[in-house]
Amino acid sequence: MTADTESISVPHERISLMRDPHTRGLVIQILMIIAILAFASWLVNNTVQNLASARIASGFGFLSARAGFDIGQAPIAYTSNSTYGRALFVGFVNTVIVAACGIVLATIVGFLIGIGRLSRNYLLRALSTIYVETFRNIPPLLVILFWYFGVLSVLPLPRNAVELPFGSYLSNRGLQTPAAVFEQAALLTLAAFAFGIAATVFLVRQNRKRQLETGERRPILWLSVGLIIGLPLLVFVATGSPVTFELPTATRFNLVGGWQIKPEFLSLFLALSFYTAAFIAEIVRAGIVAVSKGQTEAASALGLTRGQSLRLVIVPQAFRVIIPPLTSQYLNLTKNSSLGLAVGYPDLVAVGSTVLNQTGQSVEVVAVWMVVYLGLSVATAAFMNWFNARMALVER
Amino acid sequence: MKNSILALLGSVAVASAVVPATAATLDDVKNRGTLRCGVNTGLPGFASQNDQGEWQGLDIDYCKAVAAAIFDGDASKVQYSPLSAVQRFPALQNNEVDLLARNTTWTMDRDTALGLNFVGVNYYDGQGFMVRRDLNVTSALQLSGATVCVQSGTTTELNLTDYFRANNMDFNPVVIESQDSVNTAYEQGRCDVLTTDASGLYASRLEMSNPDEHIVLPEIISKEPLGPVVRQGDEQWFDLVKWVHFGLINAEELGVTQENVEDMAANSENPDIRRLLGADDNFGEDIGLTNQWMVHVIKAVGNYGEIFDRNVGPDTPLKIQRGQNALWTKGGLQYAPPVR
Repeated sequence: MTADTESISVPHERISLMRDPHTRGLVIQILMIIAILAFASWLVNNTVQNLASARIASGFGFLSARAGFDIGQAPIAYTSNSTYGRALFVGFVNTVIVAACGIVLATIVGFLIGIGRLSRNYLLRALSTIYVETFRNIPPLLVILFWYFGVLSVLPLPRNAVELPFGSYLSNRGLQTPAAVFEQAALLTLAAFAFGIAATVFLVRQNRKRQLETGERRPILWLSVGLIIGLPLLVFVATGSPVTFELPTATRFNLVGGWQIKPEFLSLFLALSFYTAAFIAEIVRAGIVAVSKGQTEAASALGLTRGQSLRLVIVPQAFRVIIPPLTSQYLNLTKNSSLGLAVGYPDLVAVGSTVLNQTGQSVEVVAVWMVVYLGLSVATAAFMNWFNARMALVER
Repeated sequence: MKNSILALLGSVAVASAVVPATAATLDDVKNRGTLRCGVNTGLPGFASQNDQGEWQGLDIDYCKAVAAAIFDGDASKVQYSPLSAVQRFPALQNNEVDLLARNTTWTMDRDTALGLNFVGVNYYDGQGFMVRRDLNVTSALQLSGATVCVQSGTTTELNLTDYFRANNMDFNPVVIESQDSVNTAYEQGRCDVLTTDASGLYASRLEMSNPDEHIVLPEIISKEPLGPVVRQGDEQWFDLVKWVHFGLINAEELGVTQENVEDMAANSENPDIRRLLGADDNFGEDIGLTNQWMVHVIKAVGNYGEIFDRNVGPDTPLKIQRGQNALWTKGGLQYAPPVR
């Protein structure tokens, strides 16, 4: 900046610093930063002072105190003897789980519906339109409550649970499936699986290289399937099927054992996915429509089939339009997961509000909430920006 | 749900922006012309709205009593703020309400670290369990492995954990923010057990589609002394609310009722009654009110016994006996220091 101003001002006659746009801009920016910092420090100081004068305890010391309450779904080890900090971390993990699952399902459903809205099949098109218009016009909280209370009231009590194939049960306590308990030898199967994937990636690369050099492709589909599925299966049988299943059994109150997906998670996950999918569908449709018609025509002129032109020509270009708004939807879904409070899903906000109430430290807990959601959002956005940069059309 | 989060954020914003009024709540209330009272969002018998949208209940009568004492008998000058369990303390701390009468358990942590003062106990409660009759459970000790529905942000949540731990039992908690949703989840069978304060259990049972299908187990697992709360730092206001509470209990002990209060104020020769009703001495003026303060209160809401009977007593749908809430002279725990 200074080098700039000098190079401009030296050849000409000297002008007053205030009239030099670069210096002026710099001064204004510095003043602005000072003002913001001063405001922030006033805010913090004032808060601390007010809390002290209202005789409210403050500080983050409470995070290492014993929590004393239980959490219904703890994916990491947690008991009532754990700390408040640990409890908040459990909530954070739950938020990440439901957001990640929701993003995957919402993306799949959203793409299907979005493509469905452009289908030549009238019925498919109409159904997709109805889906989008219904779900994007209902507040997400209602969708969540519908899934929770609506679906709960239909499902039977655990002692009348619906028996599904493979020893699974469905009741208003959720879906319960047998849990696979792996022995040590199962690691070999896992190793074989990893090897299969690595070998397939190598094969695909070789094939692409070959195509670039000679224009020929070799059929490798069945070989890949054999490597990824067949090889691990073979190893699994050879090592004597090192897995046992723990079946859910009925006790006085509940079905116990096995893997359990609780209705709180299920309702939040499904509601968020289906709600966000409606928005993603519109984004996908907009992205595809944004690719000029000439591209489709050029693709068919080259003799590509409809599927090939969609996969190789349209979608890669549509992605450039789709990814930025898609990122916003992912962020929305993550933030909307805080509505889990309404149906008792122990996410960060639900656990946080219990912590807040037991400790009374609202400012600190709200600060934790804000920092965590900000961090999650920034991380998601950073990943999507990286993805966007990769997908961007490289102009030559 | 979102609203409550927003309200909470609002409270926090207020905490950082405005210096909380540490003194002169009474002057603020008088200048404003209304008492701002934080109450439950809906708990029959304690605070709920009737068909006409009017608030009624034991806690509501406490708000009215304080308003009547301040505004010379006008018990209508109350602005009710329905607050969830999570919202209640920030709302009081940040001066959004003057008084919190929201079936709130008096605990040491709340009385000290939260910057609050409990003025007394207007209902002695304890935590209980409700289950479906057809589970054939007769004791809380048979509940190992059960799924338990509980409201978030309550002492209930902690007592529950402690009780099951102490008795080496497991449970699955389902923690939901609003008591209505907790009740719905229980009624639809998501949980085997509903737990909250015993009074709340009876109130919730009334709202179930078939109350007879549910029983309240005999175990009471905790002490839940419920009472009105004010902010720390304003002794005058603390004293005022405290003595309205004591006045209500003293009135019952002395036989002063809504019906006979005016007659007693004019003609009673009993020195205790004369002091309570302002015929002798200046006790009302000492707390910043007129000497007829208790006359106004009793005329508006009656004495403690009348408040109890009208809202939760044996003749109401809740059918709760006085029990621990009887006067100390009748074997209960309700006892007030004398007015002298």
